[in-house]
Amino acid sequence: MLDTVIDGLKKGLILLFSLDREVLGITLFTLKITGTATLISIAIALPLALLLALRDFPGKKFVISLANLGMGLPPTVVGLWVSLMLWRSGPLGMLRIMYTPAAMVIAQTVISTPIILALSTAALQQIDRKLRWQIMALGASPLQMLFLMLKEARYSLMAAVMAGFGGSISEVGASMMVGGNIQNYTRVLTTAIVLETSKGHFDVALALSFILMFLAYAATLWLTFIQQRRYRNVYY
Amino acid sequence: MKHIKKTWFLVASVMILSLTVVLSGCGAKTEPAKTGTSSSGSDAANQAGSQTSPPENKELILSTTTSTQDSGLLDVLIPIFEEKTGYKVKPIAVGTGQALAMGEKGDADVMLVHAPDSEIQLVEKGAAINRQLVMHNDFIIVGPKDDPAGIKNAKDSVEAFKSIAEKQALFVSRGDDSGTNKKELELWKKAGLGKPEGKWYQSTGQGMGATLDVASEKAAYTLTDRGTYLAKKDKLQLEILKEGDASLLNIYHVMQTNPEYIKKNNPNAARMINEHGAKAFVDFMISPDTQKIIGEFGKDKFGQPLFFPDAGKDENSLGK
Repeated sequence: MLDTVIDGLKKGLILLFSLDREVLGITLFTLKITGTATLISIAIALPLALLLALRDFPGKKFVISLANLGMGLPPTVVGLWVSLMLWRSGPLGMLRIMYTPAAMVIAQTVISTPIILALSTAALQQIDRKLRWQIMALGASPLQMLFLMLKEARYSLMAAVMAGFGGSISEVGASMMVGGNIQNYTRVLTTAIVLETSKGHFDVALALSFILMFLAYAATLWLTFIQQRRYRNVYY
Repeated sequence: MKHIKKTWFLVASVMILSLTVVLSGCGAKTEPAKTGTSSSGSDAANQAGSQTSPPENKELILSTTTSTQDSGLLDVLIPIFEEKTGYKVKPIAVGTGQALAMGEKGDADVMLVHAPDSEIQLVEKGAAINRQLVMHNDFIIVGPKDDPAGIKNAKDSVEAFKSIAEKQALFVSRGDDSGTNKKELELWKKAGLGKPEGKWYQSTGQGMGATLDVASEKAAYTLTDRGTYLAKKDKLQLEILKEGDASLLNIYHVMQTNPEYIKKNNPNAARMINEHGAKAFVDFMISPDTQKIIGEFGKDKFGQPLFFPDAGKDENSLGK
């Protein structure tokens, strides 16, 4: 067991630093797919989160509960539903995007949007109501008001985005089902790990897993540094 | 109130904006997907036989089983086919059941599968046409060198299983409902045992590799596919004790989806079926050059081939 892990670590470092073309391609492609999906999710979730946090309307709690439920949406379920929609025999079959990167972006967007929505709504709702009144009392325009709200909650919002990103980059079920794990086309790190494991290439699978964990850690580290910067002023 | 109305307006406009971003984002993403296919095949397309000009519809979805992908055979064959014909193949490796269902629904153009009974059903229904024998690989019974149940001398695999059960020699099963596990249960049934039980019969619930490790540690018998065994042979204290008879074979056929059949149920999907591409793929799989590659595949790594080319043979003659 330990030997396998050490071999994997060695091979991972070699693959990473020798810039193996296939591994590099898969890694960059993974970042591209998950990055695009996360950006789209932000564009959908943030305005909705602002609406949910700032406005009261009938059924609001229901919508929030749906978003919270969606946080735990199993990727394979998303994969199945997106497949049924996008297959040639499905209602959106004529788009012909099944087994393409676009289908993967759609599936990952469905996975990460509820996560970002639920967490950013919670983040925005935590802002003191009195602060809003004060901002308004000081004569801020609605646009300035929204901007200040986002600024006030920026660290929690960033955490929400990272959670969405993390959810997408680590899922394998949906990417496998709607992307098809096609070499040089729709293969991402997670699906490549599954393939190499079933091939019995545990060293390559481990190497890929180290790259995936490194990416996830780099993103988390970056977020932690930004978050912690603000506390420095408090103590000194 | 005025402020609130303005807020609403703003939120609405931001949402519309983001929707536009989403839609344009999707549009931008699909485009490289369609144009990203290789253009090198335009002049090579003439070699495809039925194809006289570069294929208009390049996308060809091949539904197949995980075994063909895991072995690495498709990684060798598909680039050659793409180079020769200009089609862009999307190999989708799934379970046999789904691979056949995709063909039946028109979600795949061509199938490469190993479930002869289910395949024939599909052909009889009219959902699949042009079914051709391509190759086979096989399962083997492995066990400790000293062979306590003496299966080496058994007439065939069913007799071998019978004597393992009689001697209560240790047998390790995958017990994970995989194709290999199903094959094993089928053999027990043929041996007249139903579902074996007892201390001598142990189920790991794990993949083939892990199960081989367990069998090796415990000096037990197990049923395995040849590829996984060969890949791990050096680390195992197991030997091939029974091989080659018809009930141990895994026979692969290639066949194409019938657009006429799909038309009845789903005209939209039928329009997208790449009939020419599927025919070109079937022809490619049974062509002498491809058959030669299949027969050579794995020899350099394992010292023996993983698949045996069978195009043009009679299915019933295999394993005799």
